[in-house]
Amino acid sequence: MYNRGASAGRSLSRRDFLRLGGIGIAGVTLFGGVACGGRSQEGGNTVTYWASNQGATIDQDKQVLGKAVEEFKKQSGISVNFKVIPWSDLYNNILTATTSGEGPDVLNIGNTWSASLQATGAFLPFDGDKLGMIGGQEKFVGTSFAASGAPGKTPTSVPLYGLSYGLFYNKKMLQDAGISGPPETWDDFVTAAKELTSPPNRWGMALEGASITENSHWAFFLGKQHGGSLFAEGGKPTFDSPEMVSAVTQYVNFLGLDKIASPACAEYSDGVSGPTDFANGKAAMIVYQNNAERVLKTSGMSEDEYGVAKVPLVNPLPPGGEPIMSHVAGINISIFNNAANQDGALEFVKFLTSGGQQIKLNESFGSLPVTKEARETPQFSGGKLAVFNEILANNAEPMPLIVKEAQMETLIGDAVKQLFAKAATGGSVSESEVKAQLSEANQKMASGG
Amino acid sequence: MHEKRAFNALRIIGLIFFTLITLFPLYTIVTSSIKPLADVRSTFRWTPSRITLAPYTDIWSTIPLARYFLNSLIISLGATVISVFIAILAAYAISRYRFFGRGAFSLTVLSTQMFPGILFLLPLFVIYVNLERVVGIQLYGSYAGLIITYLTFALPFSIWMLVGYFNSIPKEMEEAAMVDGTTALGALFRVLVPVSMPGIVAVGIFAFMTAWGEVLFASVLTDDATRTLAVGLRNYATQSNVYWNQLMAAAIVVSIPVVAGFLALQRYLVQGIAAGGVKG
Amino acid sequence: MEETKDRRPEVEVRRGGRRSGERVSSKRRVRPQTLPYLLVLPALLFELLVHLFPMLVGVGVSFLELTQFYVRNWSAAPFVGLRNYLDGLDPSGPIGSALAQSFLITVAYTVLVVGGSWVLGICAALLVNSEFRARRWFRTLFLIPYALPVYVAVIAWSFMLQRNTGAINTLLVDNLHLLHERPFWLIGNNAFWSVVMTSLWRSWPFAFLMVLAGLQTIPTELYEAASIDGASRWRQFRTITLPLLRPVNLVLLLVLFLWTFNEFNAPYVLFGQAPPGAADLLSLHIYVNSFVDWNFGLGASMSVLLLLFLLVVSVIYIRVLRVGGEENA
Repeated sequence: MYNRGASAGRSLSRRDFLRLGGIGIAGVTLFGGVACGGRSQEGGNTVTYWASNQGATIDQDKQVLGKAVEEFKKQSGISVNFKVIPWSDLYNNILTATTSGEGPDVLNIGNTWSASLQATGAFLPFDGDKLGMIGGQEKFVGTSFAASGAPGKTPTSVPLYGLSYGLFYNKKMLQDAGISGPPETWDDFVTAAKELTSPPNRWGMALEGASITENSHWAFFLGKQHGGSLFAEGGKPTFDSPEMVSAVTQYVNFLGLDKIASPACAEYSDGVSGPTDFANGKAAMIVYQNNAERVLKTSGMSEDEYGVAKVPLVNPLPPGGEPIMSHVAGINISIFNNAANQDGALEFVKFLTSGGQQIKLNESFGSLPVTKEARETPQFSGGKLAVFNEILANNAEPMPLIVKEAQMETLIGDAVKQLFAKAATGGSVSESEVKAQLSEANQKMASGG
Repeated sequence: MHEKRAFNALRIIGLIFFTLITLFPLYTIVTSSIKPLADVRSTFRWTPSRITLAPYTDIWSTIPLARYFLNSLIISLGATVISVFIAILAAYAISRYRFFGRGAFSLTVLSTQMFPGILFLLPLFVIYVNLERVVGIQLYGSYAGLIITYLTFALPFSIWMLVGYFNSIPKEMEEAAMVDGTTALGALFRVLVPVSMPGIVAVGIFAFMTAWGEVLFASVLTDDATRTLAVGLRNYATQSNVYWNQLMAAAIVVSIPVVAGFLALQRYLVQGIAAGGVKG
Repeated sequence: MEETKDRRPEVEVRRGGRRSGERVSSKRRVRPQTLPYLLVLPALLFELLVHLFPMLVGVGVSFLELTQFYVRNWSAAPFVGLRNYLDGLDPSGPIGSALAQSFLITVAYTVLVVGGSWVLGICAALLVNSEFRARRWFRTLFLIPYALPVYVAVIAWSFMLQRNTGAINTLLVDNLHLLHERPFWLIGNNAFWSVVMTSLWRSWPFAFLMVLAGLQTIPTELYEAASIDGASRWRQFRTITLPLLRPVNLVLLLVLFLWTFNEFNAPYVLFGQAPPGAADLLSLHIYVNSFVDWNFGLGASMSVLLLLFLLVVSVIYIRVLRVGGEENA
């Protein structure tokens, strides 16, 4: 008898469980994957913010942003709860937030993601009204603003921090080799680099051949110089056009044929190894984004040991070639469509893109301001930063603003990475090998679901 | 005699070979964890240029190792305890009863071993998020979500092993107890379980290790606060500017509990597998 | 209620009568047959929630064009029927050929890792099985690579395989002078061997463990008798050990095959989201298609194809080799 009793007790709780489970499963089927109508995150006047890692360490970001947030609270009475998310996580976090409908109010994004994130429809479009609320489109540097979304569509992000490539060179090493100044054309660059190369410990340049992002950026701006582009007018990918092939061949052959970069560079991918080689005197020059200065500083290189110049150009520029030295690099800021505190979020975006904050934040992070006002201040219009600013404003173009930007970067970056691997192990790569690799990537791009 | 000597020589060579291949990476981890940073940034040295314990103290501040550790511990222990309990119940039913659907159930459970994780990763995430709305239990960014996931991952192998193990224990033991008036469940927990300890321990170890080392689901289902060691360390290793000596120190810290437990209980493990996995 | 309950045992006994030697203890059984259902219920529920239901959803997704446009609202994603599958299976298209290549690489990888683990596992188990003094130490030592969390093992290997600062190149080039130039292990074609080595190092102790457990069930008297009869060690191995290990081996090989073919951790931790072509293992390949390219429909269809493949192989394996008297399963 107790048998039944014991089981009855248990089975009652199991029946409950079954019921609960049944409701749950039914509920899930009903709601399907519909993720709209996210729960409101915070009550009252607070804004949640996901910041990206711009400083040398996450702690530095926390300190810098902490001050900014305090000032914002004084000004507006709104508190900001922020988290600093490492780059390795940010994209995934955005993906899960978009899928589930639960995320912060405001967040940083890499500006090359702007078009693909725009396509999800999860972010607040900055139409005329909203732009007005944050200070107007006019206040932004033209090129930076152009990289905020697909052309012709209302952008769903606005620029926050700017970056651009530049040529870093070791003053003493160039002087010792009798080179009068930083090279301005690629031919001069290779000649100078050859002078500066004496393997195994000294090389003319450093690069990061296993970095997908580096490779895709180089393919982009060097391709522009050669008169090619990653995509043709109608949106068809043209990775393997003759111009793109010659651009990528030139880049890979710095290591393979000219041998002005150490073969070890083919394995570098972390954003630190290349600049560190430059800081240690292993490489005399490097073409890198201005945030490399952080790494140089931590590696112990002082500011007067190196100079910054414009990125060399193909000379003469072939027909269709453009003097592009960098893509429009930078970080943008977006607001989620179902942000609990949209007004507060807009206030915060206005604050971060205001003159004063632009100066403070970009100074702390070593990036470039994205507002015209801040650009013209003495901190950013002299010295090394002036070079970067100029490149960003006058010699930069946005990476293709397409929905499948991530896939494009991966395909092209990976193709170049494979070519570097070949060059490092086997010597120079021929144009036909380059074409074959790029055609493969091109096909994948064209057919990608 | 001749052959014995030859075999002994072969054995010594064999043992040396296996020892070397096992020790080589372990040696690298241990020595790298006590090297100064400059050592791990230049060509590999067999011995540290000087021995320093700094990596072991620095790593706790370089990454939130303590938090990751606690998260992993809670999640793994939770998943292990629940999984073992549920597996015992299910294995008991399969081993001791004939019921309609028994074969189908076993086959289904076993076939889940084949499911590629990616197939149900995103759907699972979406289901968790929606369940949260309907039932109110937070499954994303909470311990519960990962515990539920991991305990389920361990179930098939655990059930299968325990079925084999229970099968090798004669039913007469429980039946004797039940004749005396114990319930079936009582017989299970008071008679069968104590006798099956080696098998249960083996299953527990397996479940714990599965949870402790899993990367894919943890990377999607955790947020900053609930991040596990697996994801935390993996992210650090792929970031820029990795302090490899500290990372190796973290690897040691992270491995010690699992390895120590595993080795202490390996006797049970071998016994458990012998009786359960082999005959099953 | 009472009547139904009383009737049920009879029904069950009749059904159960199909099998001989049926469990007899119906003495105290008032509601005997609901108990097993209750016992398996928790396991079943969790499996439904975590494995089965999401898998069905995943299969459903494979028929949709679920890209970043629709990830917020799955019901709006267009139904594309079998297109994702056709894209994946068409060897002349880029998606299909990449998938086929990834599949072949994974097959090669699995054969090497499973075969290698098995051989190493058996050898080590045989070496450790007989009684000798330090036996326990060796057994403990050999199990350590398996006891380490997976990512620790892989992170350690990725550290050792670095070209300039890694231990492997120092050993091969500087110490043993087996090679002149320092090869790359993490990019280019060598990447395949890197991932094979890493996985092999980690999984042979598992084979070792299983075989060791299996060896312990073989009574030593058999060996003694054979020795007395003058059989050599090798002959004993072939006629006693191998046949008696057959149940262990069959299960071991199947389990290792499934786990290795699905292996995600090793390539993911070694190579991240952009593996070198030579080491583009299937799990990682599918992951990149889903999470990096935001093409979940395609990723799901590839996963289903993978699942079907594993299912077919397992069924054939089990049928042909008649693993472990599978009537029980």
